Amino acid sequence: MREALLVAAKDLRIEMRSRVLLFQVAPFAVATLVLLGFALDADRSALRNFSPGLFWVAVLLTALLAAQRSVAVEHAGRAADALLLSGVGPARIFAGKALALAAQLAALEVGLGVAMVVLYDARIEHFGLAVASAAAATVGIAAAGTLYGVLAAPMGVRETLLPVMLLPVFAPVLIGATRAFGDALGTAATNGWAWFGLLGLFALVYAVFGALAYGPLLEAEA
Amino acid sequence: MSILLGRSPDRQPPGAAPAHTGSRTTRLLGGLALAGLVGLGLCAFVFSPADSRPGPEAGARIGQFDAVRLMYVHVPAAIWTYAALGACALASAVYLWHRGAWWDRLAHACAEIGVVLCAVTLLTGMIWGRPVWGTWWEWGDVRLVTTLVLFLAYAGYLALRSVPGAPEARARRSAVLGLGGAVLIPIVNRSVEWWENRTLHQQSTLEELRIEDLTLFTLVLGIFVMGAVVLWLAVHRFRVAWLEAEAESAGLQAALAERRAEAAAAEPGAGAGGSGP
Repeated sequence: MREALLVAAKDLRIEMRSRVLLFQVAPFAVATLVLLGFALDADRSALRNFSPGLFWVAVLLTALLAAQRSVAVEHAGRAADALLLSGVGPARIFAGKALALAAQLAALEVGLGVAMVVLYDARIEHFGLAVASAAAATVGIAAAGTLYGVLAAPMGVRETLLPVMLLPVFAPVLIGATRAFGDALGTAATNGWAWFGLLGLFALVYAVFGALAYGPLLEAEA
Repeated sequence: MSILLGRSPDRQPPGAAPAHTGSRTTRLLGGLALAGLVGLGLCAFVFSPADSRPGPEAGARIGQFDAVRLMYVHVPAAIWTYAALGACALASAVYLWHRGAWWDRLAHACAEIGVVLCAVTLLTGMIWGRPVWGTWWEWGDVRLVTTLVLFLAYAGYLALRSVPGAPEARARRSAVLGLGGAVLIPIVNRSVEWWENRTLHQQSTLEELRIEDLTLFTLVLGIFVMGAVVLWLAVHRFRVAWLEAEAESAGLQAALAERRAEAAAAEPGAGAGGSGP
């Protein structure tokens, strides 16, 4: 666990120093929310009703950028080779990178949540459900993003290949998180906790699968 | 394994590339599949009746009418989509465990066939849905939407496979993706049971035997015939993949030999090319 935290701290330190998340990814996320508002003709009641779905579409599009960024830092100067030679196990590298990605996404989601309340007039009625489902969805997105990011990493077509592979995988998260948020925001009469369970299952499956599959992928890359 | 390999290049005399991917077994299988398709066509369009029942109002008829005939393709295509993509996931898992190129090529062949069948399932479902449900596409139907996601996920798998690169690394990445996508297969298959109130799809008609006589016979025949077609396609696609790999390897060997010959010719005193003015 300590090694995973070290890898996560390394990735977060790189982000703190480069400020890519703050100056490029976060503005992209907010711009996405604004454009989605234009697409719905800025109708306040429609925006409020659709705010759970619009929020998660913005999060998933942003997650694509963050996943690409997470892989790109390992390929600059062949840092991935150094990471492998450090003796840290692939599962721990995966856990560390997924943890760092989850932390970045969580920070973005907080910002997007504030923007959603301000721009879409959304109201959070069940705070606990919103936080729990966002946490489960974030872990799932981070695990799948880290795994699929390394799949597309060295191919020279990462920017186009990663969305093609990753967006269909994100579909269950979009469905589950939108339904759970619909309940939390009071825009849909669904059982949000049942959808939280689906999100948790997705996160568990991709966390375990990622930890097992990361080794062979890193070997293929080396 | 021998059926899949058939007349693979390594069984040919040295220097003799096979002219086609057929063999006695595949020709027999192909003939059976073709005969089955003719029989299925006759059963579907001539012998089996249209779905029409008396409605609640006097004289009115309800049912799927002639649209039911699409089910003889749609249902088998859906079943064999699961089978082909499931086989892709299984072959991918074995590849990661065993690292044999045979499993990688099998996964590739199964994925391609699975994606084509998934497209057939979606298209026939949409064409059927227009007269029966009154719409080409229904976002509220969870099976329809999850099937589309499954199609996109394995289209991504094929996109990954199409990117040039070292065969071993590409095979390993593809295997992980092929295995990861399999998570969606049970979700699609069980969606009508899990989200009972969010689907226009009926629950499994075959498991509960809610259809009978010639309609049931034609549907079961369709499943067997589609199975024969899928097997025939899989064998040929596997052999094409094998030949592609052999050709890639032979091309690389030829290029290396050419470069070596050029290097040898360029060395001083290595012949006429090296001793020129």
